[in-house]
Amino acid sequence: MTTNSPSKVHVTTTINGQQHELLVPGYMSLLDTLRELIGLTGTKEGCLDGNCGACTVSVDGRIVDSCLVLGAEVNGKNVDTVEGMATPEGLHPLQQAFLEEAALQCGICTPGFLVAAKGLLDNEPSPTEGRIRHWLAGNLCRCTGYDKIVRAVQKVID
Amino acid sequence: MVATYETKSDYKVIGNSPIRHDGVDKVTGRAIYGGDVKAPGLIWGDVLRSPHAHARIKSIDTSAAEAMDGVFAVLTHADFPQADDLTIDAGEGTVNLRRGQSNVMADQKVHYKGHVVAAVAAVDRNTAQVAAQSIKVEYEVLPAISDVDAAMAEGAPQILEGLVGDHLGENVENTNVARVFRHEFGNVDDAFANSDLVIERTVSMSMVHQGYIEPHNATAIWGQDDNLTVWSSTQGSFGVRSQVAGLLHHPESKIKVNYVEIGGGFGGKTVVYLAPIAALLSRKSGGRPVKLVMDRSAVFEATGPAPGGKIRMKIGVNKDGKIQAADTDLILEAGGFPGSAVGAAAICVFACYNLPVSRITGYDVLVNKPKSAAYRAPGSPQASFAIETVIDEICDELGFDKIQFRLDNAAHEGTRRGDGVQFIRVGLEECLVAAKESDHWNTPLGDAPAGKARGRGIASAYWMNGGGKSTCDLMLQDDGTVMLNEGSADIGGTRTSIAMQAAEVLGIPVEDFHPSIPDTDTIGFTGVTGGSRTTYTTGLAAYNAAQKLVVELKSRVADLWETEASNVEFADGTFTANGDSIGIQELAGKLDPTGGPATSTSSVNLAEAGNAYGVQICDLEIDLATGKTDVIRYTAVQDVGKAVHPQYAEGQIQGGVVQGLGWALNEEYFITDDGAMANRSFLDYRMPTSLDMPMIDTIMVEVPNPLHPYGVRGIGEVPICPPLSAAAQAAKEAIGKPFYELPVKPGRILEALND
Repeated sequence: MTTNSPSKVHVTTTINGQQHELLVPGYMSLLDTLRELIGLTGTKEGCLDGNCGACTVSVDGRIVDSCLVLGAEVNGKNVDTVEGMATPEGLHPLQQAFLEEAALQCGICTPGFLVAAKGLLDNEPSPTEGRIRHWLAGNLCRCTGYDKIVRAVQKVID
Repeated sequence: MVATYETKSDYKVIGNSPIRHDGVDKVTGRAIYGGDVKAPGLIWGDVLRSPHAHARIKSIDTSAAEAMDGVFAVLTHADFPQADDLTIDAGEGTVNLRRGQSNVMADQKVHYKGHVVAAVAAVDRNTAQVAAQSIKVEYEVLPAISDVDAAMAEGAPQILEGLVGDHLGENVENTNVARVFRHEFGNVDDAFANSDLVIERTVSMSMVHQGYIEPHNATAIWGQDDNLTVWSSTQGSFGVRSQVAGLLHHPESKIKVNYVEIGGGFGGKTVVYLAPIAALLSRKSGGRPVKLVMDRSAVFEATGPAPGGKIRMKIGVNKDGKIQAADTDLILEAGGFPGSAVGAAAICVFACYNLPVSRITGYDVLVNKPKSAAYRAPGSPQASFAIETVIDEICDELGFDKIQFRLDNAAHEGTRRGDGVQFIRVGLEECLVAAKESDHWNTPLGDAPAGKARGRGIASAYWMNGGGKSTCDLMLQDDGTVMLNEGSADIGGTRTSIAMQAAEVLGIPVEDFHPSIPDTDTIGFTGVTGGSRTTYTTGLAAYNAAQKLVVELKSRVADLWETEASNVEFADGTFTANGDSIGIQELAGKLDPTGGPATSTSSVNLAEAGNAYGVQICDLEIDLATGKTDVIRYTAVQDVGKAVHPQYAEGQIQGGVVQGLGWALNEEYFITDDGAMANRSFLDYRMPTSLDMPMIDTIMVEVPNPLHPYGVRGIGEVPICPPLSAAAQAAKEAIGKPFYELPVKPGRILEALND
């Protein structure tokens, strides 16, 4: 495999509501497409094998690990990342709740948790604690022990 | 410096839970972590790692990589300058520069699978990866030593050639035991002979990883003027500076380490791995910025996990409930180079008990696994598991109440720790009383559903906490806000817990502080965020800087009011003299005629830290068909001295508990016969998920630390220690079989059930 002359794929995609036209190397993950080509570094790299959830983004409303999706695959799709959650009017209620409930410590997993939690609440407005824990089990946090993350999501429901 | 304080209680800022200053950046994706660093002309580095756990390097052929389009530089150990045979402080442990250099890039031998052998810099990440993999290395494979028994066996191959072990003061050649040391008070054999009951057990545990979610990373620019600029995920920028300087034989004054946010460390990000490689690759690439990010399997295989090992524990007790003596052998894995946490384990192992007679012998043992590093209260969780396992058996055997027995033997002010240090005021007894009075302890376990069994365990533990060096600068702005610079990496809200301590002194709302963490050229030396030192030590620097600022402002007020500074009083944010008064924030805008901006700085170097104790209660439910464990209730009691920011303090305790529960119930390095880690991904190295854990209840006890004006104690480390034994004792109570080996995983539970 040579990499300095990779075939590139023409991709037109909408990221956080803004249309982007890109030439994406065929091997490049959506994670690196966001971070390296577009410069959206809010989505984090933790493991590159789909087990930590730090790179969670939403593609057409479905939560994915962006390290397991190719940049070429989002042609014609809507991608939403943590950078798209806040509006000019203010933080998303989940972002505010994460701050108020101390649901982050180091913060590296936080973008993934926020996008994943939004994915849950967009579809299920009133999940139980068990449902929240089940839904978020694809996102690893090593700092908090999850207690305050779960409480932050519950706070938005209340 | 050791100072003691009368602690105060009428706080305005301390004890509240304001939102952290860096919070919005961290929930919006704006915060810049090491992996997010960009620089004009940035190229990427990657490394080639050993596929063998123990081998001699016969040759390295880099020609294919050098010939590849897009490759700028190729690096092997031959490119490193000779490092001094000198041991330097790395914050939570030490680094011998020559061995540290061999750990960063293998010299003649590889000591563990994943050991870096060569590196490349190339136009992009993928090209760097392909180029690194094109390097051919010829190895002579040697037998891999995977545990302390094999390492200490007669005739075992020596991992670190030329190592001369220090065995109780004697030099020993051809050994894998780097150090044997002892702390001994009284005659344990006589004391055991006079004890009514003596129990001796040997427990063992596997290597485990800190599991921070952000992998290691580094970006470096080696300028044409030999000024080196580094960005790297680290618990301490100054530690990176001193290690890079030593490993590359480059003056510290020519190295600037920029602060970047850190995605978890837990002790594992005190040692450098990639920064020296990035620096040399940049130099060989003509000063291009070079960035490296470690992949997850390399984080597991080749950074610094916590040591596994085995611990022999013998305790003698009388029927009146008093411990007569304790004797332990702490045998911990250093990994591929000397330096496990066994020294700290020896400090902690007996620290919960008042022992008239004790002996501690520590062994630092090399094995063909990654060089261990600090992991949250390094050495104490293993030690706590050993002693609490035997204490629990003593209580079962003689029918003692498990909390009352601990109270009857508890360490307190004046008690001699196992290594000889005498305690100042500590809060173990208060924790035990709080546990005894807790709702959890006084609520029955309840009946398990059919096919399941329940048990409750309790354990205590200790960590000495950290002091050392920290710096804080304050600058009062015209608008009454305060710029606060301090040197501690912020991993859990310490910008805020530090600023709160200055805010309390100045009477300025903490929201009007702007805390920053500058680069190593811009702030005074500050040690790593580790050892539970930051809120205590850097917080004290902030407190002192604020006190100095008050003194400065009193003289400014005296200028304004044409009086003597000694006539000016300051309380609750207001200066008064001769009937006049002015608030500090109003004064800030009137300083120009008095000499311009008011600033202050304070550096501290604290020899002692004031100690931390925790007591935890674990309720476990075990599925008898599968061995699966569920933690159904958990309470962590801890003496926090004074919770500066109770919400963040509680978060530290909860996070530590869950890491400890992972260690207790699931996590381990599963090593194959050829010395490889079989479970080197987050899928197979299974850390707790949100689904595995209940809410973690906390009870924060406040026994003020006499060494801090607000009574603050370090809090981050000790909560990881008790879960190992608390969970194991809960499992024992549930199924009636003891567990002497960690983790208490489903397979091990099934084995015990079928035994």
